[in-house]
Amino acid sequence: MTRRSIDMAEVLDRLNTAAAAIDRTVTLMEICGTHTVAAFRCGLHSLMPQNVRLLSGPGCPVCVTSQSDIDMMVALGSLEGVIVCTYGDMIRVPGATGSLETARSQGAQVRVVYSAMDAVQFAAEHRDRQVVFAAVGFETTTPATAAAVVEADRRKLDNFTILTSHKLVVPAIKALLDGGDVSLDGFLCPGHVSVIIGAEAYRPIVHEYHMRCVIAGFETLGMAAGLTRLTEQVRDGQVLLENMYPQAVTSEGNRVAQELIARVFEPATVAWRALGEIPESGLVLRPQYHQFDAQRRFNLAAPDSPDPEGCLCGQVITGRATPHDCGLFGTACTPIHPIGPCMVSFEGTCQAWFKYRRPAEPASAGGRS
Amino acid sequence: MTDLTHTPSPDHSNTVVLAHGGGGQLTDQLVAQSVLPRLTNDVLADLLDAAVVDAGPGRLALTIDGYVVQPLEFPGGDIGRLAISGTVNDLAVSGAAPAAIALGLILEEGLDRAVLDRVMDSIGRAADEAGVRVVTGDTKVVGRGQADGMYITTAGVGFVSGEPPHPGRVRAGDVLILNGPIADHGLAVMLAREMPEVRSVLRSDVAPLNRLIAKVLERTDGVRFMRDPTRSGVAGVVADLAERTGLRIVLEQEAVPLRPETNHAAEMLGLDPLEVANEGKVIIVADPAAAAEILAVLRDDPLGAGAAVVGRVEAADAPLAELHTAIGGRRIIQKPYGEQLPRIC
Repeated sequence: MTRRSIDMAEVLDRLNTAAAAIDRTVTLMEICGTHTVAAFRCGLHSLMPQNVRLLSGPGCPVCVTSQSDIDMMVALGSLEGVIVCTYGDMIRVPGATGSLETARSQGAQVRVVYSAMDAVQFAAEHRDRQVVFAAVGFETTTPATAAAVVEADRRKLDNFTILTSHKLVVPAIKALLDGGDVSLDGFLCPGHVSVIIGAEAYRPIVHEYHMRCVIAGFETLGMAAGLTRLTEQVRDGQVLLENMYPQAVTSEGNRVAQELIARVFEPATVAWRALGEIPESGLVLRPQYHQFDAQRRFNLAAPDSPDPEGCLCGQVITGRATPHDCGLFGTACTPIHPIGPCMVSFEGTCQAWFKYRRPAEPASAGGRS
Repeated sequence: MTDLTHTPSPDHSNTVVLAHGGGGQLTDQLVAQSVLPRLTNDVLADLLDAAVVDAGPGRLALTIDGYVVQPLEFPGGDIGRLAISGTVNDLAVSGAAPAAIALGLILEEGLDRAVLDRVMDSIGRAADEAGVRVVTGDTKVVGRGQADGMYITTAGVGFVSGEPPHPGRVRAGDVLILNGPIADHGLAVMLAREMPEVRSVLRSDVAPLNRLIAKVLERTDGVRFMRDPTRSGVAGVVADLAERTGLRIVLEQEAVPLRPETNHAAEMLGLDPLEVANEGKVIIVADPAAAAEILAVLRDDPLGAGAAVVGRVEAADAPLAELHTAIGGRRIIQKPYGEQLPRIC
C-alpha cells in the first residue's frame, strides 16, 4: 500500500467515525466544478458514509453563465470580421440559436484559447479583425482577464474587446442561502478561488449565515480531509471557518490580483443561470475601460433567453434537484447531445454523474443517503 | 510605373509550390529529391502505378489511416513517425505482420521543404524500425490555407497466420496488460500545440510496436485480443471492450503506469489520463495463465519496459467498464465524447 492510500484510509476512518456519531443525514455542498469532477473521478462518492450527502453547487463557470450571455457569444461569432476567443469548455454550450461549435461549423470564427493574454496577442497579430474574448469564470480567471485588458490598453489595441460574464463566489453562496430552498450543513470551499480571495472572504457566511466553511485543495486526500472536518464539525456542534489548504491559501488572499481586478472591474448586478439576478455578484468593466466592452462596441442588447424547456440545470446547481430528477437526463440530454450546460461542461454535475456514476449507486445526490 | 517593392516568387527549391503537385517535371523532382532517397527500396524505385509485392502466409489484413496532427513536429516524434507507427500498429494488434505501406501526401503550398525533408527522414527511420517498406505513394499539393502544412495518409497490408486476436475470444478471468506509461503522446502534443511557451519534459511515446507484438505472439500463448489505445485513450478501449464482450472490465488505477510529470500536466489541463491518446501502447487481453510469460517478453524490450497487468475481465449481467481508484473508490469508465477540451480554471 502506498503512503498516500494509508493517509486516505485514516481520513476515511475519521469520516466514518464522525458520521456514525450523527443520527441524521449530513448534507454538504462543494461549490467548485473542479471539486465536482475530482470527487467523481477518484470514486470518492462510492466511499462516503451512508448518511453524508455531497451536493454540487453553483461553481462550474460554464453552468452558471446565463443563456443570454451564450446567445451573445454566438451572435458575435457570426458577425463578419469578428473572431471570438473562448476557453474550450464554452464552445459546446447550446444557446437559443445553437452553440459556438455549431456556429463555427457554419463559418463563424471561433478560436479556443488557454489564457486571456493569448487573445490579446492574437488581436495584436490580426489588426484587421475584431477579436472578442469571452471572459468567463470566477475569481481564478478574472485576474488574467484584467491583466489582458490592461495589456490591450497599453498596446492601444482598438480591435480587442471582452464580453464579460465574470462572477463572484461569495455573493452566489449568499444568494443560495437567502433562497432558503436547500438545507445544508456546510460548504467545501474551492481551493483555487480562495488563493485569490483569501480564507477570510468566507467569514460572513460563517458569521451571518451560521454555515460551516472548509477550504480544500483538489487532491483527493485534501478533499476527503475537508469533508471529514465538515462532518466532524457537525458532530461536535461547531460552526467554523477552516483552511485545509494553507500551503496555497492565505487569510487575505492574493492582494496583487485583487488590486488588479479592482482596477479594471467593478461589481454589478448580473444574471446567473437559475439563480437569476444577484446584486453585486458579477464584474463589469470600469468606465475608463469601456472601450474594451464588446457589448458596447457591437451595440449588443442582452437577449431575453429563457432556459431550455424541461432542463433542471438551474435546480441542479443550487442543490434543489439531482440530475436523476430531470426528465431529460441521460435520455434527451447526454454529453453527445447536451441540452443544459451541466451536461456540456466536463465539470458540470450532470456530465460527471452521467460519466462516472456506477449504475448500482442509488439516485440520491452524490453520496448514499 | 515600375513596382520596386514586388515580393519574390516562392523558390521551389526551398518551398512547396502548387506545381509540385501537378504531376509534371516538378513533381518528379520533388519525389526524386525528398521522397525516394529517404525511403529507398526496389519496389518503390520502380515508380509504377501500383506496387507488386509478394504475398505472405495466411490471410491478408488491410488498414488505412489519415494523419492531421499539429504541430507537424512535436517532442518525441512528428507526423511522419506517427503515420508509419499508427498504421503498423493497427496491423500488429490485429495479429498481422506488416508487409508494405502506401503513403499519400497532401502538402500545403508554402510548406518549407526542410520540414518536408525532415518528416520524410522520419518516415524512413520509422519504417526501418518496423522493418516495413513504403512501396507506393502519391503526392498532391493544395493551395495555401487549404491544408495545415501537410496531411499524410498511410495504408498498410499485412498477413495473419493462425487465429487472429478477436474480442470474441475474451473470457471472464482474462487479464489486461499494458506495455508502459499512458497519456504521454496526447499531452506532449497538446502542450506543444497550445502552450509552446511552456517548457515541458513530456515526450510522445510514438513508436512501431510490430516487432514487440510479434515476439509476444511467437513466444507466448494465450493472447485473446489486442488494441492500441490511440485517440480515445485507454478509456476508449476498455469501454469498447466491455460493450463488445458484454463483460465487466475492471481497471486498477494504482496498477496503470503513469509518469508523475504526465499526471501533473493532465491535472493542470483538467484531463483524465485514461482518455488521453497514446501512440506506442498496446492493451493485451490474455489468459491469466500466460500473463507472467507475456510480461517477461514485454519487459525484455525497451518498448515494453514499463509493462504491467492493469486490470481483469469479470463476468457481468450487463457490460460495464469500471475503475478501482487509488483511494479504493469505484467509478465507471466511458468512452470520451470527442475533442479534449481543457478546463477554464
